[in-house]
Amino acid sequence: MGDAVTHLKTDVLVIGAGGAGMYAAIAAAQHGKQVLLLDKSLIGRGGATIMAQMTVAVAMGEQAPDHWTRHHADTLTAGRGLCDEELAALLCREGPDRIREMDEWGVGWTREDGHLKQVMAPGHDGPRCVFVDFLNTGPAVAKTLRAKIAKTDGIRRVSNLSVTSLVTRDGGVAGAVALDLNFGKPVTIAAGAVVLAAGGLTRLYRRNSASVNMGGESYALALDAGASLIDMEFVQFFPIGHLAPRLVGMDPIMWDPFRYKLGGRLLNGNMEEFIHNYGATDSGTYTAPRDVTAYAIVKEAEAGCGSPNGGAWLSFEHIGEATLRDAFGPVIDRLARNGIDLTTHPVEVAPIAHYHMGGIRVNEQMETEIAGLYAAGEAVGGANGANRLSGNAITEALVFGEVAGRNAAQNPNTPGWQAEWAQNAIGDIARLSNSGDNRSGLEFGALYGELQSLMWEKVGLMRNAPGLAEALSRIREMQTIDLPALHPRDTGAFALGVQEWFDLRAALATAEAITVSALNRTESRGAHQREDMTDTDADQAYNQRIKRNGAHIALDTLPVRRADIEIITSGAAE
Amino acid sequence: MTSVAITVQRGLAGETPRDETFTVPYSEGMSLLDGLIWIRAHADATLAFRYSCINANSCKECVVSIAGKTEYACTARLTSSAVTVRPLGNKNLIRDLVTDTVPPKEKLGAVTG
Ligand SMILES: Cc1cc2nc3c(=O)[nH]c(=O)nc-3n(C[C@H](O)[C@H](O)[C@H](O)COP(=O)(O)OP(=O)(O)OC[C@H]3O[C@@H](n4cnc5c(N)ncnc54)[C@H](O)[C@@H]3O)c2cc1C
Ligand code: FES
Repeated sequence: MGDAVTHLKTDVLVIGAGGAGMYAAIAAAQHGKQVLLLDKSLIGRGGATIMAQMTVAVAMGEQAPDHWTRHHADTLTAGRGLCDEELAALLCREGPDRIREMDEWGVGWTREDGHLKQVMAPGHDGPRCVFVDFLNTGPAVAKTLRAKIAKTDGIRRVSNLSVTSLVTRDGGVAGAVALDLNFGKPVTIAAGAVVLAAGGLTRLYRRNSASVNMGGESYALALDAGASLIDMEFVQFFPIGHLAPRLVGMDPIMWDPFRYKLGGRLLNGNMEEFIHNYGATDSGTYTAPRDVTAYAIVKEAEAGCGSPNGGAWLSFEHIGEATLRDAFGPVIDRLARNGIDLTTHPVEVAPIAHYHMGGIRVNEQMETEIAGLYAAGEAVGGANGANRLSGNAITEALVFGEVAGRNAAQNPNTPGWQAEWAQNAIGDIARLSNSGDNRSGLEFGALYGELQSLMWEKVGLMRNAPGLAEALSRIREMQTIDLPALHPRDTGAFALGVQEWFDLRAALATAEAITVSALNRTESRGAHQREDMTDTDADQAYNQRIKRNGAHIALDTLPVRRADIEIITSGAAE
Repeated sequence: MTSVAITVQRGLAGETPRDETFTVPYSEGMSLLDGLIWIRAHADATLAFRYSCINANSCKECVVSIAGKTEYACTARLTSSAVTVRPLGNKNLIRDLVTDTVPPKEKLGAVTG
């Protein structure tokens, strides 16, 4: 290596600066600890949080009487029997506290008649979702947390530092190794506790709503450190992601609240409503569950009744221009810039990979099986079971972030470090940074693209045993043959090729975990749909756990954690 | 298939910048960022540029200079006529289209002291 490796030391290391990571950093610092918050992108900008445009589900009871136990019941129903009921309870019970705290920090939740405005969303038994107008929820949340971090003592933050490996010692976490993107050099970090909040995995799919930084690194890092993952087969496909015409400057999942609010009609290629043919009621109510709607659109297109680009039509033509302008606000002008006039033309929509229900297995303190290693946000599995209720993900990020940060701060470990613990991980960065010429001729772009297509076609919305087995063998071949032969072409300052090598490694490890879990679940349930086994099997109401076992991964099953929570329906807000 | 010529300023800080032109498949409505991503994946795997959210125009990381104007690469639409992209002129250059837009308090140098 020659020159010395930059070394940092902290009480609590937080990996990933989305909603979960930023909240964790604030909570740990408020509990008196020194915090180091890292992001491979820019702090608060790289992940899903800033992209969220819609709503946050919380039983505030401001719009109408509500209680967190009702939110909990809806969460469990959506989760198709697989929610970790204690984690779901934590999310629903502590959600209101986080929303009020964010309100105090100036997020600007939309208000009406002196109270927080809460709207209906599919799967909820009443108006429960808060938001920031217009389509500004995520940016407002990210900005508020960034500002709060800047005002909180004890948080150091670094952008463009990408964690490539966790360092463990005697069953506990000791820190991490990261790639400093600006100089193409390794950095080591000793930490007493680590919060892994590096977000989800939807970039693994060809059609996705992901940023470039949502490639499953949370799961790959946790697995490699010896922690376990659960429910990895449950990837949520958002049913009506934008398909055509090309829409720039707008989140592809933006249609949902408008469809819901205004009654946008979902039509097949013959301009007929069709969701009711798939066992759900939709027309006039728009309450069909996400998984059913996604399934119906794909099946309709497969039967040759899709829209021209293989999706369905979403039409607002029956709604008057004035009502449209009122509901869409300035969004109408952004649509016009994309050549879209909803009063005269429908748009095409189709399912898109959007969120991951599965993830790192944690207890109610957000601690993994590795002492001192915590997880938070979309990285965590369990709370949402086989299918997530809309609006639960931001709540999950804020609540779990706070819990993880608070508990990490109470972790008694003091950071210790020996350079040799990190030797392999440093060696990987050094080797890739020095490779320069690309002898094998393999290119990241082609390999990653192949993986995304494979996941979309064989491990996507519709699955079957031969397809899953084929995908698994190709994923394993890519891990053992292609990845070692891939050499970045660029080195040094902002050499994205080095980062991309780690991206592919993480993507393959995560893809393997999803595919093994999907192959082993021989039924259809929630977001996991098997064409060869279309029924839900009551005997498979368990969680599947994945753990590393040498070079490969091992799977076993666990009983679902139940909680005995009585639904409180009467009474006013609380 | 129609195509579009994208000229990009290349080079590391301290080097003499050079312009390189790539021919990129064009489809209606595509953004400049779509074009840059295509170049990195299919034509030159050393081209450096910043972006995160791709579609949502929320991360605000992708600012570059297009024909002398500061714009987001992800919302600037390509047409079938040629376009030239350069890094922001008022920020320190790191590589190609990447400039030092990291806030001072978020730099590694600021925490190592
Ligand atoms: C387009 C879109 C719209 C959405 N809309 C809604 C909505 O309306 N309501 C709702 O409830 N949910 C919504 N969701 C889901 C929700 O936004 C996410 O689940 C939630 O924000 C996740 O927060 P997080 O902090 O766990 O992860 P993220 O916000 O994704 O943050 C993770 C961070 O980790 C960083 N990172 C990744 N790998 C590394 C690494 N190796 N080293 C260092 N840093 C790393 C990333 O750069 C990123 O900044 C939406 C998601 C998307 C994509
Ligand atoms: S890529 Fe996020 S704003 Fe352009």
